[in-house]
Amino acid sequence: MASALINVPPRAKRGEIVEIKTLISHVMETGFRRTQVGAVIPRNIIRRFVCSYNGAEVFSADLHPAISANPFIVFSTIATESGTLAFEWTGDNGFSVKETAAITVE
Amino acid sequence: MKTSRRDFLKLGLAVSSALVPLPAIAQGAAPRVVVVGGGFAGASCARALHQAEPRIAVTLVEPNATFTACPFSNAVIAGLRELGAQQFTYERVAADGITLVRAAATGVDVAARSVSLADGARLAYDRLVLAPGIDIRWGALAGYDEAAAAQMPHAWRAGEQTLLLRRQLEAMDDGGLVVISAPANPFRCPPGPYERASLIAHYLKTKKPKSKLLVLDAKDAFSKQRLFQAAWAELYPGLLEWVPLSKGGAVTSVDVATRTLVTDFGRHQANVANIIPPQKAGRIADAAGVADRTGWCPIDPVTFESKLQPRIHVIGDAAIAGAMPKSAFAANSQAKTCAAAVATLLTGGTPSTPKLINTCYSLVAPDYGISVAGVYQPSPGGQLADVPGAGGVSPADAPRATRAAEAVLAEAWFRTITAEVFG
Repeated sequence: MASALINVPPRAKRGEIVEIKTLISHVMETGFRRTQVGAVIPRNIIRRFVCSYNGAEVFSADLHPAISANPFIVFSTIATESGTLAFEWTGDNGFSVKETAAITVE
Repeated sequence: MKTSRRDFLKLGLAVSSALVPLPAIAQGAAPRVVVVGGGFAGASCARALHQAEPRIAVTLVEPNATFTACPFSNAVIAGLRELGAQQFTYERVAADGITLVRAAATGVDVAARSVSLADGARLAYDRLVLAPGIDIRWGALAGYDEAAAAQMPHAWRAGEQTLLLRRQLEAMDDGGLVVISAPANPFRCPPGPYERASLIAHYLKTKKPKSKLLVLDAKDAFSKQRLFQAAWAELYPGLLEWVPLSKGGAVTSVDVATRTLVTDFGRHQANVANIIPPQKAGRIADAAGVADRTGWCPIDPVTFESKLQPRIHVIGDAAIAGAMPKSAFAANSQAKTCAAAVATLLTGGTPSTPKLINTCYSLVAPDYGISVAGVYQPSPGGQLADVPGAGGVSPADAPRATRAAEAVLAEAWFRTITAEVFG
């Protein structure tokens, strides 16, 4: 089951600003919490999110412990040409999720 | 601090035995308390006030002649019960000696200590209790206004809306898609959307088994969640699907013309759509200036007096009651606490620190009940907080006989509370 949801408009006019929504399931454990016996719960967060449009990075974000669980990231880009938007989330413990979405530009 | 069961039970009675002279009575006039709203909170409070101190002149302001109760109304939607079983009148309340005013309260003059009614009349009070329940926050969900509710019912105030949703389900063809939108916290009856989903699933399973029920939720967690989800897996596999916030469940807008619910990641065209919308305190709370920016009413947890306006108390769903849910039982419990505090304040005394209770049953099927109970007390932070170790939910791995017994207890719960409040 995919842990990431993506909403990219399937079609757009050339030059149009399109809104892109992403939602990924992740605990985003801060590393500051302790168990009942006092042991630190190790940090486990997504550290970086990148969106590439036909290979070129159009949006990226560094994530930190203050970001809540299941990060919901919304951004926009300009529809330049038909192709593929690639999304990648990477983080602690080797976390890596990749997704793609197609867009047709008319 | 430990309170024995006996002390605990005495709390609600403490005031009635204190027949000290009332300051206002000493001056020749009985103190006047006006209660606005004749639901579980308001009707309970009016009666408890009269019981606590018969010398208080208690007036109950309520525009409707008949009260339609929300608890068990999900069974009406699922065709398991008739709406008449949900309806109660105020005859017995009036027979207690409480003055009933059949009118809508429209405003409060805090300085003059009076409530204005829709017909222009004014009622003076020494203390005012507001129990206005909820209002729908129209427009908070894009596309969902009062006209939309005629097509996509909320059924979150029992009555005609309850019957509308039932009729829509009855008219739907087998194989249809029913979609429920559940709101973010806080809202009336935290387990309500999930009981409703369960009973609609029961209706579909028995009457229209090719149909599907989708619950789109603006939350990742809900009341009695593990019990509900275990029961759904057992009773309604493949029929009922719950989509939480973290899986894109939050509904962001609705399109009435096509009966479509829109989330950030998809569109769901329903044959029957039940929108449980964002809510706020009933509108008199705004007019009285007791609601804050959240739309709900901050209160003192000992007396339920508003933190924003003196001599006005707020109880029931409209109040911000900390860990207490917005439920009928909580409203009844708060009403008794508030009545005791108001009677004490009117006699010049100091209200004692209360303990409050909630119990709440949900039906997952007609013969499958689950419950939650809680005990609450004011915390040092000035909120009502859970008493640690008290209360709890039904056991996770109980046999079906236990679930069947709890379904019977649920009915008894309803008979008992409505008999106390209206009987």
